[in-house]
Formats: sequence, structure tokens, C-alpha cells
Amino acid sequence: MSTLTGIGRDALARVVAADISPGSFVNLGIGLPTRISNYLPPNSGVMLHTENGMLGMGPEAQGEVIDPDLVNAGKVPVTELPGASYFHHADSFAMMRGGHLDICVLGAYQVSAAGDLANWHTGQPGDIPAVGGAMDLAIGARQTFVMMTLLTRDGRPKLVPECTYPLTGLACVSRVYTDLAVFFIEPGRVVVRDLFDTGFAELARLLDVPLVDGTREVAS
Amino acid sequence: MTGRVAICDSALEAVAGIADGATVLVGGFGSAGQPVELVEALLEGGASELTIVSNNAGGGDHGLAALIRDGRVRKVVCSYPRQSDSWHFDAAYRAGQVELELVPQGTLAERIRAAGAGIGAFFTPTGFGTPLAEGKETRVIGGRGYLLEYPLPGDVALVAAHRADELGNLVYRKTARNFGPIMAAAVATTIVQADEIVPVGALDPEHVVTPCLYVDRVVRVDRNLAVSGDRL
Repeated sequence: MSTLTGIGRDALARVVAADISPGSFVNLGIGLPTRISNYLPPNSGVMLHTENGMLGMGPEAQGEVIDPDLVNAGKVPVTELPGASYFHHADSFAMMRGGHLDICVLGAYQVSAAGDLANWHTGQPGDIPAVGGAMDLAIGARQTFVMMTLLTRDGRPKLVPECTYPLTGLACVSRVYTDLAVFFIEPGRVVVRDLFDTGFAELARLLDVPLVDGTREVAS
Repeated sequence: MTGRVAICDSALEAVAGIADGATVLVGGFGSAGQPVELVEALLEGGASELTIVSNNAGGGDHGLAALIRDGRVRKVVCSYPRQSDSWHFDAAYRAGQVELELVPQGTLAERIRAAGAGIGAFFTPTGFGTPLAEGKETRVIGGRGYLLEYPLPGDVALVAAHRADELGNLVYRKTARNFGPIMAAAVATTIVQADEIVPVGALDPEHVVTPCLYVDRVVRVDRNLAVSGDRL
């Protein structure tokens, strides 16, 4: 088991948020990626898409503003921002599948060195499968980012030569943001852009995937 | 002005005639757009051996979950059956009492849309190379892999709208639109529950989302918002 600590979830969410260009149309997956919205500057002009049929989604609704007709893809009550729009499910997924969204950020069980994604099913016998929009989101946006811990709870890497979990999509992930490092999945290679409290050699020892050192100086 | 649409006095009247073995498309996503009262009426109405097409497979003890609990559902076509309160589906599925066809959410929507739009089949990249591609025809188009998917028509759609006019033109509210417009077009009989029924001419034609030719029956219901969260 690794003793590395890396950075926390909110710090990682901040790193991803900083990589989202102003004015982007973005879908943030359920769970960890949702936190990214807390770190998008209010004037960034980033518009959030939720695949159940809305562009211009605002923060989670609290108290009296909760409206049962206004929920996100996680079925959590949310709010609308000025300039928001609503559309039906087929249009919403056409928007996604048709490559009109700039970035989608998803959680994952595993990502392969070729950018294959596994995030919908553990494949355990007896598990009831449920896919939701995972496969549409994986292959739809212009860029798919994954945000996850690099290691499982028992210390096994989740960035792997080949996924062993059932696949969600093939060669669809372009970046992997983890608590220990940020990886760019490029044709034929995996480049490390950021390291968080971890040395490159140490990181390389953790993974079975060959890495290219592309680290830059990171302001903490 | 009178049209073809029937304005019904009760939800029970609105769902009358749904036959055993029918394929019923049920709108709604989360608490938004659930045709709660129509599903309750379907439960009361007694049809069985149903195939239900919906995003989820029911939660809590009401609505779709109650239909499954009572053994009235033969098959569920959905994208996300498993949730924290889907105990009735989970039990029926594990007992082999209900068949599951799992469909990615966007493919589910597009198959429903295709059924209403007269499309014979379509190629989609979603699911290519995954376990859900098993048994499906594939094709590489422009260097990208696609799956052949077929339309998903139904006998009946149950849809929740915000306002209907007396001809059956519909307007939705916020994310409650979700599957309503595409399900209304994909079936032989579209049954709508609306918060309000307004006179013809009261809806701005520019704002009508589902034109009246897709709608067969409308009933006004007072939504019980307190329970909608229990009927995902």
C-alpha cells in the first residue's frame, strides 16, 4: 500500500477547474466531478449541461427554492442561471453525442493507457447492471476528462495497461486528474503533466503504464 | 373548438383500456415529469404482463415500483434500474420475475425518438466496444465504430406536462420535459396528465413543445408534491 498523500478532492477540483477555458460548455458527472463547479470563477462564462435536459445549470437548490421540476442528472434539485435553456432527452443526448459540448468530466473505476474508460459496472456476479448516461457521456464531448483517486483503497492503480472492468467507451479519455498526478493520454503515450507531493520515479514505480515526464512547475 | 383529444375526468378514466401485455412508455426523470397519478391509476386499473419503458425501474413503494411489486410487469427497458430505493425491482429481478433490457440513456431516448419519427434503425457510437454491444450489428463509418440500434415504439405513453390546451397542445416545465415529447410521438395512444388545462389559444404557438396531434387523452391532476420524491 502506498503512503503517498497527494492532494485532496477540493484541491484537485480546483486544478480541473483551472483547465476549463472561459466560455466552455461542460458536463460534470455525478460524484467527485460535481465539486469542480465550486471552483469555476463566476465570470468564467462556463455553462453547465445536465443530460436530463438543461444548459445553464446553477448550484444545488436549498430550502424553499427546491423545485421538483428542476433536477440534475443525479436527481438532485438544482437552480437555473440567467440564459438557461431546457430541451428533451433526445436533444440533450444529441447535443452530447454530436460533439457540441467542449468537456465532460467523469469518475472512473479504471482508465487504460489508450484512454479506454471503465466506470459503469464492477462486473461482480449478482450486481444489477445500470448504465444511465455513462456510455453517451464517455464518447460524446470533444474532450473527456476523468477525475479519480489514482489508487484503489487497497492500493491498486486505476490507470492500467488494459481495463479489467467492463468498458464504458474505447479510447475516449484525454486527461486523467488524480490525487497524485495529472496525466495526458496522447497517441501511443501517457504524459505526466503535474505531480502532487510525489516524485516522477515514485509515480512510475506505482504504475504498470510507461510514463513520459512532462511536468511543469506548479504553483501550489 | 373541439379536437380529437379526449379530456378525461379522472386518471382512471384516462388509462382505461390499457391491455394486458401492452408496452407502456413512462416519462419522468427523478422527481421531474413523473406521471405519478397516471401510474397509480394504471396500478388500480389492473393491466398486467406489461413492458415498461422508462429511464428507471421505480423507487420507493409507489408508482412503477408498486407495479413491479405486484407482479404486473414482465419486462423493463431502462437505462438505470438500480438505485438506493429500487428494492422492488431488485427483488423481482433477482427472483427472475422481471426481464431487464439495459439501454444507454441517450440510446434509449434516440430509439424512442426514432420510433416516433419513422426511422427504421440508426447507427450510434454509444456503447461500441462495450459489453452492451454484444449481439449487435456494428459498422465502421469514417474510421469510427457504430452500433445498429432499432426504434422503441410503444402502445401507450404516460406523460406529465405542465399545461395542456383543450386540443392537447403541451407545454412542460423545466427539466420535467425530459422524455415527454419523444414518448408522446412514439406510441399509438398518448395519455397526458397536466397541472392545468387551458382554452385553445391560451398557449403561445411559439411555445408549444408537443403539438396536439401527438396527444390522445388529457386529464388535469393536482400534483401531490409531497410524494413525488418517493416515486422516482
